[in-house]
Amino acid sequence: MNAVLLIEQVLNGLQLGVMLFLMSAGLTLIFGVMGLINLAHGSLYMIGAFAAAAVAGATGSFVLGLGAALAAAAAAGALVEVTVIRRLYDRDHLDQVLATFALILIFSEGTRWLFGSFPLFLDIPDALRGPASLPLGIEYPRYRLTIILAGLAVAAGLFLLIAKTRIGIRIRAGEADREMIAALGVDISKLYTLVFALGAALAGLAGALVGAIQSVQVGMGEPVLILAFVVIVIGGIGSIRGAFVASILVGLTDTLGRFLLPIAFGTFMDPSQANLIGTALASMAIYILMAAVLVFRPTGLFGAAT
Amino acid sequence: MTLKALALGAGIAALATAAAADVKVGMITTLSGGGAGLGIDVRDGFMLAVKQSGRDDIEVLIEDDQRKPDVAVQLADKMIQAEDVDVLTGIIWSNLAMAVVPSAVNQDVFYLSPNAGPSALAGQGCHQNYFNVAWQNDNLHEAAGAYANDAGLANSFILAPNYPAGQDALTGYKRFYEGALAGEIYTQLGQTDYASEIAQIRASGADSVFFFLPGGMGISFLKQYADSGVDLPVVGPAFSFDQGILQAVGAAALGVKNTSQWSKDLDNAANTAFVASFQEEYGRLPSLYASQGFDTANLLISAMDKADVSDMDAFRAALLEADFASTRGDFAFGPNHHPVQDIYVREVIREGDVFTNKIIGTALTDHADAYAADCKM
Repeated sequence: MNAVLLIEQVLNGLQLGVMLFLMSAGLTLIFGVMGLINLAHGSLYMIGAFAAAAVAGATGSFVLGLGAALAAAAAAGALVEVTVIRRLYDRDHLDQVLATFALILIFSEGTRWLFGSFPLFLDIPDALRGPASLPLGIEYPRYRLTIILAGLAVAAGLFLLIAKTRIGIRIRAGEADREMIAALGVDISKLYTLVFALGAALAGLAGALVGAIQSVQVGMGEPVLILAFVVIVIGGIGSIRGAFVASILVGLTDTLGRFLLPIAFGTFMDPSQANLIGTALASMAIYILMAAVLVFRPTGLFGAAT
Repeated sequence: MTLKALALGAGIAALATAAAADVKVGMITTLSGGGAGLGIDVRDGFMLAVKQSGRDDIEVLIEDDQRKPDVAVQLADKMIQAEDVDVLTGIIWSNLAMAVVPSAVNQDVFYLSPNAGPSALAGQGCHQNYFNVAWQNDNLHEAAGAYANDAGLANSFILAPNYPAGQDALTGYKRFYEGALAGEIYTQLGQTDYASEIAQIRASGADSVFFFLPGGMGISFLKQYADSGVDLPVVGPAFSFDQGILQAVGAAALGVKNTSQWSKDLDNAANTAFVASFQEEYGRLPSLYASQGFDTANLLISAMDKADVSDMDAFRAALLEADFASTRGDFAFGPNHHPVQDIYVREVIREGDVFTNKIIGTALTDHADAYAADCKM
């Protein structure tokens, strides 16, 4: 093992982290503001990837594909909010889980019906192809660097939106006391639709960005959704800052765990055994992290004390 | 009253069709969710052969197992007990096959596997009513190991998901590969990001990469690998390079060598006719899964020509003869009812704007599996 490889793995962890942030930001906002558990968030991620692949395939432009992903995911989010989710705010969490699980099935089979059973193709734009040379002789894929920068830019934009704008004030107020801001004359149902569409658009963006280096296929959102739930539990439900810190933490833990644990076990064990045990333990690492955080801070790193 | 009469009429009609069909086939395969492409290809290949035979004495019931072992078991029970099928087929995944096959074949039903070939069913767990028409799971990986020797590769980096078929894959590769290992990694099943593994490949000083990552995992790996600037030759089994997923990988797969018992350019009359008719029927190129479904149905039809399915011993003997024109050319069953066949090396090429494979050599000739000796039938 050498320093270059370690730095490369840290960059990989960061890249996974900012992707998780795009997913979990929407999830935590929706949970924080509306008190809703949305299992169908992974489907919005998938819709983003499929829209990007379809539009980029038809027009040859990745940027148009990204635009389509944002629009399609936001539209799907708004539509679902108005037709289904709106009826669930006053129900208990079990009803919400059941209804949004049904949405996963509907979205998955709907997508399969529209696009077929075979994975779609979405390619990296030509300008970002290949590795970039960084200092210390590190070769790192240009596209992944772009994802890290884009993710950080979106995170900064989201902080500004929540902290500095009128919409942000309303979102924070809705989180604190929804009856009161309704009494003050804010159209709460419009606000909810907006928050839901915003969260959906972020998930769609994540799906489109990741779709270019992964497989665009039905069911691609669910594994990411599980990680995103881990992130919002660690970060504290409803906290954007918590989601950001926890995303990076989970990204680094997962990547470095998978890389370092087999090596660590290899120092005192037969390599193929160490490999199996290290890999098995690495896949548990983020859940162990979550358990440890919950022991010391039951409401998550940045969660409001209840 | 009218309703009752209608129901009675429908019941009689159902009985009448059942009586007309001599062989009832239950197909349990994956038709929804992420792995649906494989099941659909097997089904389409199978039904094409049934259609081409022009026979009206085969009835095929098709059900979707959703890639879930419990669903597959329920469907199998229903088909055996309520529908009284003679033959079961269709399962794609080894874990589903392990859940269904052992109990099915003990209830006097034939099972013809169009895909999964877990080692447990080839060795001590073999059964006289179980026939595998595809391959034993290790076969294509063994061929990849043999090809690596032929190509002079001496320091491979190997990776596969951490589950039984993944472990079988690396075992199979190492059984034939004679060079050194630059590294050996088990990834998570369903993993989509391989940046960490690719960084390790880059640092390992390997001269080649062997991987078994079926479905979406392989698509993700290849796209990321091609973009990483690591430029080592890649070898793998056909599962990550079949017709269904090559279009999603795109140019990233060009030039990759992969091992398969079938390819669309295999030069025999049965295969040429199969490829042309499949394209005409479904408007797409067949994959190896489609060829396996097609061969499975033709095997069944060849046995029906020779024996009556109600005489199980005669029908079993007829199946074992494998007297049908396989899309693979020569095809025979070994003593454990698994194929003895040639395994080829293919290269991914571009034909017009379609990515596909062409054969560049033969990795193993008349290859059987390593478990046949343990089979006491």
